[in-house]
Amino acid sequence: MKFRGKITDIACLNHFTRVVTTISKLTKTCVLRLTPDHLFFILPGKVTNGGVGMWCQLLQANFFQEYQMEGVTSEVQEICLEVSPEPWSRALKTVQSAKSVKLKLTRKHCACVTVAAELPTLSSVGRVVTHDVPVDVIPRRLWQEFQEAGVPDFDVSVYLPPLKTMKSVVDRMKNLSNFLVMEANLNGDMNLKIQTDLVSVTTHFKDLGNPAWGVDSSQDGGPSQSRDPEVMAEVTVDIRKLQQFLMGQQVNPSKALCNIVHQNVVHLVLLHEDVSLQYFIPAVA
Amino acid sequence: MQCVVTGGNVKVLGKAIHSLSRIGDELYVEPQEDGLALRSVNSSRSAYACFLFAPLFFSRYAIPTGLNFRCKMAIKSVQSVFKSLATLEKTVEKCHIGLDEQKDRLTFTLHCKHGLLKTHNLSYQDSESLEAVFDKNSCANVFRAQPRVLVDTVVHFPTSLEEVTVTVSDERMWVRNHVEDEAERSKAMLTELCLAADEFDYFAVKAHYSITFCLKEFRGLLLFAESTGLPVSMYFDEPGSPVVLSVTDSVLEGNFVLATLSDNHDLHKIHIDSTQKVDIGDADQPHPPDDFMSDDMDAYLIAMDTSAAPGPSTADPPPPSLATFRKPPAPNYRTRTHSEEEEEDDGEEDPERPPDKKFRSLFFGSVLPPSSQMNTQPLTTQEVLASDSEDETEAE
Repeated sequence: MKFRGKITDIACLNHFTRVVTTISKLTKTCVLRLTPDHLFFILPGKVTNGGVGMWCQLLQANFFQEYQMEGVTSEVQEICLEVSPEPWSRALKTVQSAKSVKLKLTRKHCACVTVAAELPTLSSVGRVVTHDVPVDVIPRRLWQEFQEAGVPDFDVSVYLPPLKTMKSVVDRMKNLSNFLVMEANLNGDMNLKIQTDLVSVTTHFKDLGNPAWGVDSSQDGGPSQSRDPEVMAEVTVDIRKLQQFLMGQQVNPSKALCNIVHQNVVHLVLLHEDVSLQYFIPAVA
Repeated sequence: MQCVVTGGNVKVLGKAIHSLSRIGDELYVEPQEDGLALRSVNSSRSAYACFLFAPLFFSRYAIPTGLNFRCKMAIKSVQSVFKSLATLEKTVEKCHIGLDEQKDRLTFTLHCKHGLLKTHNLSYQDSESLEAVFDKNSCANVFRAQPRVLVDTVVHFPTSLEEVTVTVSDERMWVRNHVEDEAERSKAMLTELCLAADEFDYFAVKAHYSITFCLKEFRGLLLFAESTGLPVSMYFDEPGSPVVLSVTDSVLEGNFVLATLSDNHDLHKIHIDSTQKVDIGDADQPHPPDDFMSDDMDAYLIAMDTSAAPGPSTADPPPPSLATFRKPPAPNYRTRTHSEEEEEDDGEEDPERPPDKKFRSLFFGSVLPPSSQMNTQPLTTQEVLASDSEDETEAE
C-alpha cells in the first residue's frame, strides 16, 4: 500500500486546502478513499452521526502535479483510510507559501499521512516542515460501506439560492427553533420555515430554477413528468445540521442544487469543476 | 517617580506590557538607577520575564531617591492603558508615569493629539522583589536570529500547543511539538521543522542538547521582537536548565527565562528568590515540604553560583525600611522578612563590584548537579555565605 502525491502549483494548493478545510468543518472524522484517478472524502450516513452523510469527490489530476499510488493488492487499486481532516487543514493552511507540498502514506509510530512542505527561505538550505497525521487503515471487509450512494429518488430538485444568503437566514432561524422545514417545488420556489409556539417565520426564494436531470429521473415514475409544479416537497431537518453544512463552505461552487425526497432526506449537491460535494441530511423522525 | 516616554517608545512600552501579560497576571514594577524594570512571573514559577528600560529610553527619568520602591499591580489594568497599539501610535504623543505614594497608585497620563489627556490611576500593592539570576554566558548553546525566522517557525504549530522541543546539532536546529503521554502519541499530529545554521545570525553549539519548554511564553517574546524588529538571542544548556531568550538594544533589554523539562520529565521551576518563599512546587506534584517557616536568615540563603561569582565578601547592613514588607496576600506566600535585591542584567557577575551593590542570591540552579530537583529547599549542606544579616549580603 503506497501513496505519494505532490502539489507544486500554488493555486492547486490553495484549492486543495480549501476543500480539506470545508470537509474539516463538516465532520471530525471521515474516510479517505484513494484510487488512481480520484480522492474521496466519505462520511457514510449512519445513526451515529445523526444520519448525515457526505460524499466528496476530487479528480486527482486537477490538484496533484505528481500522484502515485498502489492499492492494497495489485488487483484492487484502492486504499481506504480513516482520517481526521482538521489537523490536515491546519497543516495545509500554514504552508500556503510552500514551494511544494507532498502527501505521503508513511509508517512512523503508526500509520500516518505525512504532509511535507518545502518552504522558501533565504538560506542555501530549504526549510522543510513535516506534519505527521495519524490515520487508521480500514480493512477491506468494511469497504462496502463506502460506496457511493446513488442519487436518491427525489421528488423535487431545485437550484439553491446563494449559500451566503441561506446561511444568514438559517443563522437567525437557529435562535428561534431547533427544526427547520425545507420545501421546494418544480416552479423554482423554495421556502425555509420555522415554527414555534409564539412565532413562525418563513423565508421565500423564488425563480431559483430546477435542474433538468434528464431521462433517468423519469424512469422511476420520477417527479418531473407527473408532478404538479406547485406542490411542495418538504423535509423537516435538524437546523444545526443545515447550519453546519452552510458554515463550512469555503469553495464557491459553480452549481449548487438540492434534491428533496418528501419527508425523507435532503440531498445537497455542490459542483465545482474538479470537486463535487454531496451532503445528505435526513428528516427528523 | 516621574518618567516620561515619548513618540514611538510609547508603543514599545505598550508592546512590552502585552508581552509580559503572556507570562503572568501581575506586573512587578521597580524603578532602578539603571532603568525601569518591569517583570512578570507565572503562577507555577516556570516562566519569568523582565524588561529593563534604560534611563535613555525615557525623555525624562526621575526615580525616588533612597529606598528602592517596588510594587506590583494587576497586569490587565496596565494593559488597558495601552489597549489599542495602533491607535496609540497615531494619537499618543507622550506618556507620563507618576507615583503617588500617599494613595498607593501609579498614574499613567497619556498626552494625545488635540490636547487630549487620558489619565489612568492604577493602584498597586507593595511587593517583594522578583528577580531571577541567570548567567547567559555560561550556557553551552547560543543562537541569535531575526524574529521573522522564529515567527515563521512557530506559525506551523497550533496555538493550543503547550510544549515544543528544540534539538540542536552542529549545523541544524529541529523544532517539534512535544507530546506528553503515550496515548496521545497515536492520535496527535506530530510537526517538525528543521532550521539550518545559516538562517541564524549566530549559531554556536557546544553540546547537542534537546530541550522542551512552553511555546506560549516563547510566543510572548516573539510578539515583542517582531514588532520592534530586534534579533532574538537564545541561550540554553542541558535539559532541566532554563532557556533564556533575550532582545537587546541600546536602551532596553528584555529577558524571558523559561523552565525546561528535565530528563525525568519534570518541569523544573525557575529559582526566583529563595527568600521570597513563594511556593514553588511542580505544577502536577504536591508541594515539597518547605523549610521557610522559620525566620532564620541562614536557612534562607542558598549557595551561590560560585563558578560565576566567587564567594561573597562582606555583608551590608540592610536599610531598615526594607524590612517593612506587608505580608503578600496570596495564600501560598509566606512572610517575608527581608528582600534581596538583584541586579538584573546580562548576568555577568563582576567580582570587582563595589560593595554597595546588591547581593545576588538568586540563581538558576546552575550550581546544583543536573540530576537534582530544582526546588526551593534551602541547601543547608551548602556553604552559608552570610551570617545573620537581615538581607543584604554580597556575592560578587
